Amino acid sequence: MLPSYLTMAAILFCIGLYGALVKRNAVVVLLSVELMLNAVNLNLVAFSKYGVVPSLTGQIFSLFTITVAAAEAAIGVAILIALFRLRGTVNVDEFDKMRR
Amino acid sequence: MEMYSQAAWLIPLFPLAAFLVLTALGRSFRRAGVFIGSIGSLAAFALSLLIVIDRLGANAVDYNYAFDWIRIGDYTLRIGFEVTNLTAMMLVVVTLVSFLVNVYSAGYMKNDERITVFYGYVALFTFSMLGLVLSDNLLSLYIFWELVGVCSFLLVGFWYSKPKARAAAKKAFIVTRIGDAGLLIGILLLFWYMPNHALDFTTIQSVFDGQTGAITTGITTLIALLIFLGAVGKSGQFPLHVWLPDAMEGPTPISALIHAATMVAAGVFLIARTYDIFQDSAAAMETVAYVGGFTAIFAATVALAQNDIKRILAYSTVSQLGYMMMALGLHSLTGGIFHLFTHAFFKALLFLGAGSIIHAVHTQNINEMGGLGSKMRVTAWTFAIGALALSGIPPFSGFWSKDMILTAALETNPLLFVVGLAGAFCTALYMSRLFFLVFMGKPKSAAAGAHESPATMTFPLIVLAVLAIIAGFVETPWNGWFGSWLSGEPEDAHGSGVVIIASIAVGLLGIYLGWLVYGKGSVSRTVIAERLPWLVKLLERSYYVDELYAAVIVKPLKAIGAALSVFDEYVVGGVVRVAGAATSSVGRLSARLQNGQVQTYSLAAVIGFVIIVVAIVGRRFLP
Repeated sequence: MLPSYLTMAAILFCIGLYGALVKRNAVVVLLSVELMLNAVNLNLVAFSKYGVVPSLTGQIFSLFTITVAAAEAAIGVAILIALFRLRGTVNVDEFDKMRR
Repeated sequence: MEMYSQAAWLIPLFPLAAFLVLTALGRSFRRAGVFIGSIGSLAAFALSLLIVIDRLGANAVDYNYAFDWIRIGDYTLRIGFEVTNLTAMMLVVVTLVSFLVNVYSAGYMKNDERITVFYGYVALFTFSMLGLVLSDNLLSLYIFWELVGVCSFLLVGFWYSKPKARAAAKKAFIVTRIGDAGLLIGILLLFWYMPNHALDFTTIQSVFDGQTGAITTGITTLIALLIFLGAVGKSGQFPLHVWLPDAMEGPTPISALIHAATMVAAGVFLIARTYDIFQDSAAAMETVAYVGGFTAIFAATVALAQNDIKRILAYSTVSQLGYMMMALGLHSLTGGIFHLFTHAFFKALLFLGAGSIIHAVHTQNINEMGGLGSKMRVTAWTFAIGALALSGIPPFSGFWSKDMILTAALETNPLLFVVGLAGAFCTALYMSRLFFLVFMGKPKSAAAGAHESPATMTFPLIVLAVLAIIAGFVETPWNGWFGSWLSGEPEDAHGSGVVIIASIAVGLLGIYLGWLVYGKGSVSRTVIAERLPWLVKLLERSYYVDELYAAVIVKPLKAIGAALSVFDEYVVGGVVRVAGAATSSVGRLSARLQNGQVQTYSLAAVIGFVIIVVAIVGRRFLP
């Protein structure tokens, strides 16, 4: 059972990574980051059930992650809104302030 | 009793101080330059004279003082100074000629803009030469040996705005460097084979004199020949003589000081100083004798056909140095050194006289002079004395020393005796040619407005003329004082009537022939040029030695240089350029990566991560 969970998580992670690297819309990038986090959660849960040493720790850990991810999403969206107000766009290509 | 000898280390310091002061003062104090330079060499001369007077008595003990200079492991390098009768004599010769040249230059270089620089260089040279003479070991001698070479370079190229002077300076430096390389290798070999690696002359003498067998004959010969190579370079012996005639591009007082009296005699001095090594090797002695003899006749014949007054004297110097070498090679240390002693005076006299003439007529071509005898009486008379001394006419000094060399040759090697006589004949001939063309006959174009040089220039001429007359009497066939003083052992005054008559005869014959052709004009000057044009051409071009070297050595070296420079430009430079281009293109690529986009940075991080993962995982599948 474990390999199919892991494969599923890997596919999810890769989709998230692809989105985070390629998408222009900052909101979609934020969503992709969430996708990667959830892929990790899936791994944690799968290992807690089918791992070499099954224990409840993985599931509790994933609960923590979900909580932190919620907070992170809130902050991320807040920053995005602030950015949108400042620049009038959510296109990440135009956020190249680090270059200057 | 040798209280002055103990102070001999002071002698080089006077000119050194003069050099330092002159360098510090710069070019502004023109009169001060003359004054300081002359005072420095005069003080050195006074002290040298005191030392010689101090040592005149019999059984003067050699004085040697040395201190530890460098300590490497068990080995201690000591340097110091040594006063023997030989070095004392050299001290006087060097300081006296240096002083007279200093005085003379006050007139000769009067209008030169860089006269203080000139005096500084002369003082530096005097210091180096005195250091060379006083050195008590081969290593410090080598250091000063190179230092005089540098001074020679600086002074030959003193008028560096002339391309010929620059070329001559470079030639002098490079050609003597060939000899110096030999000397250095010789010193290193000696260092390697000597017991305790000693390099001081006292130890060298005891090792080679005692026939201890510490060093085999083969090695001794090799060392002796390498040291001789150094002497060949410095003393302008064939085949490394080519730099000396070209060195005449320097100011004339320099030709008198460095290229006639002192530095070029350093080679002879070096052999005399390491004479025990040479005496252990018959092969080396023979080489010295034959190279010297060949140089003597070779340069004398070349001098016959030259038209530049200084080049004639330069070839004459080469020839006379050949005589000295020949004498040393024929086991006559006294003869070689004696000729060095007398030659220093009369050749310096001749060069300074030539300088006086050039100063008056502003040309060096003897065919453009003539009739100067009545206009420049002091120069003419002193020059005549020098010429007679050089031609070996009694009672002038050159006769006695040349006579001694010829006697030594007759006793041991008749072939070299004949060569020496032939050389003496050529010497008399070219000197009479020079004298009659310059001083006698009708004044030609350049000689019209000539007048006698100032007293600063004639005074040294008179002093040197007096010395050129009397210096020979220290060693005559009936009085071997100089030889016994020099070598410490009573040398029988061997006079041979045959030699005296023969040498006077060839001298007079040479002068008479010169007078017939160039003085009286009863024999046409072109008689030889018409019959044997190739011979005259051959002599004028000095046997095409320069051309030969240019074709055999300089051209191939230049070709190799050109090939190497192409290699350097395209291969070495190409590699460098490729490396540079690669780096800068990588830089340009990575600069494009820094576009401020977080996504690009993350992508780079992901790619790096993937590479690491692939590398780690991939290792498992490797054998």
